[in-house]
Formats: sequence, C-alpha cells, structure tokens
Amino acid sequence: MIDLFVVPLLKILIVLNATLVAVTYMVLLERKVIAWTQSRLGPMRVGPYGILQPVADAVKLMIKEDITPVRADKWVFTAAPIISMVPALIVYAVIPFGPVVSLFGRQVSLFITDVNVGLLYVVSVASVGVYGIILAGYASNSKYPLLASLRASAQLISYEVAVTLTLVSVILMSGSLSMVGIVNAQYNTRVWFAFVQPVAFVIFFIGGLAETNRAPFDMPEAEQELTGGFHTEYSGMRFALFFLAEYANMIVVASVATTLFFGGWLRPFPNTAFLGFLDFVPSWTWFLLKTFVFLYIFIWVRATLPRYRYDQLMRLGWKVLIPLAIANLVVTGIVKVLMVMW
Amino acid sequence: MGEAIAFYTLAAFILGFAVLVVSTKDTVHSVLFLVLDFLFVAALYVLLAAPFLAVIQVLVYAGGIVVLYLFVVMLVNLKRPPEAHQAPQRRSKLGLGLSVAVLLELVAIGGIGVYETVRPVTAAVPAPPMPVSGNTEQVGWLLYTSYLIPFEIASMLLLVAMIGAIVLAKREL
Repeated sequence: MIDLFVVPLLKILIVLNATLVAVTYMVLLERKVIAWTQSRLGPMRVGPYGILQPVADAVKLMIKEDITPVRADKWVFTAAPIISMVPALIVYAVIPFGPVVSLFGRQVSLFITDVNVGLLYVVSVASVGVYGIILAGYASNSKYPLLASLRASAQLISYEVAVTLTLVSVILMSGSLSMVGIVNAQYNTRVWFAFVQPVAFVIFFIGGLAETNRAPFDMPEAEQELTGGFHTEYSGMRFALFFLAEYANMIVVASVATTLFFGGWLRPFPNTAFLGFLDFVPSWTWFLLKTFVFLYIFIWVRATLPRYRYDQLMRLGWKVLIPLAIANLVVTGIVKVLMVMW
Repeated sequence: MGEAIAFYTLAAFILGFAVLVVSTKDTVHSVLFLVLDFLFVAALYVLLAAPFLAVIQVLVYAGGIVVLYLFVVMLVNLKRPPEAHQAPQRRSKLGLGLSVAVLLELVAIGGIGVYETVRPVTAAVPAPPMPVSGNTEQVGWLLYTSYLIPFEIASMLLLVAMIGAIVLAKREL
C-alpha cells in the first residue's frame, strides 16, 4: 500500500514542486548571469541581491489582468498554455535523479518510475508539446502569433529529427531504452557516452537549444520581427505558463543530456577505487550539479551568440545536423558490429 | 474486473472522440479531437502491456502526423464546404452504399469471431519461442524475422512516397 501509492505520490509532489521552484529561480539566474556578462548588476531591489525577485514576479503575473481577445478561439486559446505546460512536467516521471537507495529503512528509488521505453517516452511527450505553440498562434487569431507559431513548430519538427537520430546512436551504445538502464550501461562500459559519442552529444545539445527555443535559435520570439512571438496575445498567468514551460523544457533537456551523455547520477570515474571518497557526496547531488552546468551553458550561450536568421536555422538543421546525425548513426552501427565480430 | 472497467472507459472515450472528429464543424477542433483520440488509443496499448506500441503511437500519430494535418488545415482555407460540386443525393447514395458495406463487414467479422470461439480449438502450431524478452525487443524480433518482407515493402513504399513528394515540391531539380 505504502509502496504503491504513498511513496510515488510523495515523489511526484517533491519533483513537481522542486521543478517549479527551480524554474522560477532559473529566470533569476538567467537575468543575473546575463547582467554580469554585460557588466551590470541585474535585479538587486527585491531581497538581498534580488533573490526574492521570482516571488515578486509570480505575484505580479498572478494579479495581472487576464485578457482573452474577442476574436480568439476561446477553448483552444485557454487550452494552449496548459498543453505546453503539461508535457514539460510529465517528462520528469522517467528522469532518474539517482539509483535505488535505502532511506529510513526502506528501499526508495530516486526516480518516479523506470519504464522500459523511458527514452522514447521523453521523445514522444516532447513531440506533443509542439501543439501548445501551434494552437496558441492559431487561437489568438492575430497575424504575428500565427507567423511565430508556424516558425516555432517548423523549427521544432526539423530539429526533432536530428535529436531523435542522435538518441538512436545512444541506444545502440546502451542496448536499453530505459533511462536507468542507460546510466547503468555507462557504469558498465566505464565511460560517459559523451566521450564515445561526441558528435551525437554536440548535435543533441544544438538540437536541444533549438527545441527549447533558446538563443541563438529563439526565432519564435524574435521581438524585432514578431512583436514577441506566439504568446503576444497572452497576458498574466497564461503568459507565465508559456514562460514556465520553456524553462521547464530547458531543465528537461539538461537532465536528459546529463543522463544520456554524462553518466546521470554517477560520480566522475565511478569504477576507479581510489576516488572512492567521492561517494560521500550523495548521488543525486552529482546529477543536479551536472544539470546545473548545462543550464549555465544555456544561459552563457544566450549571452554570447547573436540570433540566427530563419533560413540559416533551417539550413543548419536539415543540411548539416541531420546528415551528420545519420552518418554518426551508421558509423556507430558499423563499429558496434565490428566489435561484436572480434 | 479492473481491466474490463479500464477497457470500457477507454473504449467509450475513443468512440466518443471519434464521433466528435467527424461531427465537429470547425476543422481545427476536429483535428484536435483526433489527437485526443490517438492518445486514448495509446492508453489502450498500455492496457495491453505493449508500452513500446503506446509510445510509438503517441510519437508517430499524435506527435508527428497530426501536426502536419494541423499545418494543412490551418494554412489551407477550408471555409468553402467540401465537394460542393457534387449533388447531395449522389453523395448520400454513395454514403449509404459505403455504410452498408462496412456494416456487412462488421457482421462478417463478428460472425467469424463467434464461430471461432464455438468451434473446438484445434492444436495450433506453436509459435517458435522468441529468444528475447521485453516488448521493444519482441516487436523488433518479429519485424526482422516473421514480418521482414512486409516491413521492407512498407519502407520501400515510404521511400517512394518521399521521393514523389520531393519531385512534386521541386518542379525543376
């Protein structure tokens, strides 16, 4: 009874709340890091060094007037923010934050569930997330959101192909679709997959930037051309949902990158005995640390690189990343077969 | 018991959304109901202990194909009633014929099903045991052994369709 309902519910509660808090603080971190890059201070007024800024933002967004345009498609307009938020959150069901550990005298796994098709689950849930963006643009009944949402969905669909192809090479390495299985495979092969699959990792990372609409691929939100993107007509909490979904998706991409390419919860050199003192650090800390590094790189990239033009973005996706991913997949397969034959 | 309840609930949702798909006036709403329908079909696969098929159902149908439907529906002006050039009587006759055909087919399938259950079970040829376990592995095994030729034909068809689409889209290569 406890194992069937109470423990999973508790885990879901913790993960959901931690995610939402992390998302709000990601926004602050992003503003701070970008400010430091540009020799500014960033938010300083609310709380010491502005650490209460997310609370102020949340209150502001919640008490803002909620407007639905008269000519909008009401049902779809209301559903669109929810449709983008939900997939961003349910992905966390299969992300392994740590292995099975004993906690208060009972075996507890530091992931909500470990399904056999975990990685495919992540991909398919992400592919449903596109609807939020398309429908937001369509339902607003306004030309800028429509254009932005068409761009966004075309971008998402294009980069999804490349990203999924890199995942196939990772699956070839691990021989398992389960997220826990992939981390264990990295333990058994004694190497993080980023070092055996560097091409796949780079493509995954670039694709991840594009799929979360981050700079330098934040085309859907190009303020100069599209007055703010597919959520132009949204206000208050509904706008906040799109915003939160984007940041939640960033954390998803960072966690998936950690799990697939950087050994998930494993400490550095997990098979080396003389580094055993590192085991004093709990496994989930390693996971969070690696994820945080990725999130920082996301922000760093945004502060550094200018935005791509739309045709450059599409050319990069279809003419560089997808052929590279296919080539990488073929080479991985050949090497794998050769290794089996020897 | 629980399984039966889950099945009938899912079946009710699937049929309900399917009816909404064909009866809704707004084409975009109709496509959205189609997505919901596909998601519930995926849940049905989960109930059948086929998680791989469920995830692929969501990935390919809900996440891939219907997005393209939505593109077409949003970008093509569909305000004009479809098949306006056809006389309504002719359409209703065609519809009647098709419905009768489908009804006969359903009755035939149901009849065969009843016959099969009534008939004493003859010793079927046991399927060769699969050397792999797990839903994903088993699907892969079947695709590359028993169903290799259909699988290859399907991929050839898709390739032909892809080349055809490229030729149609780019008039001058």
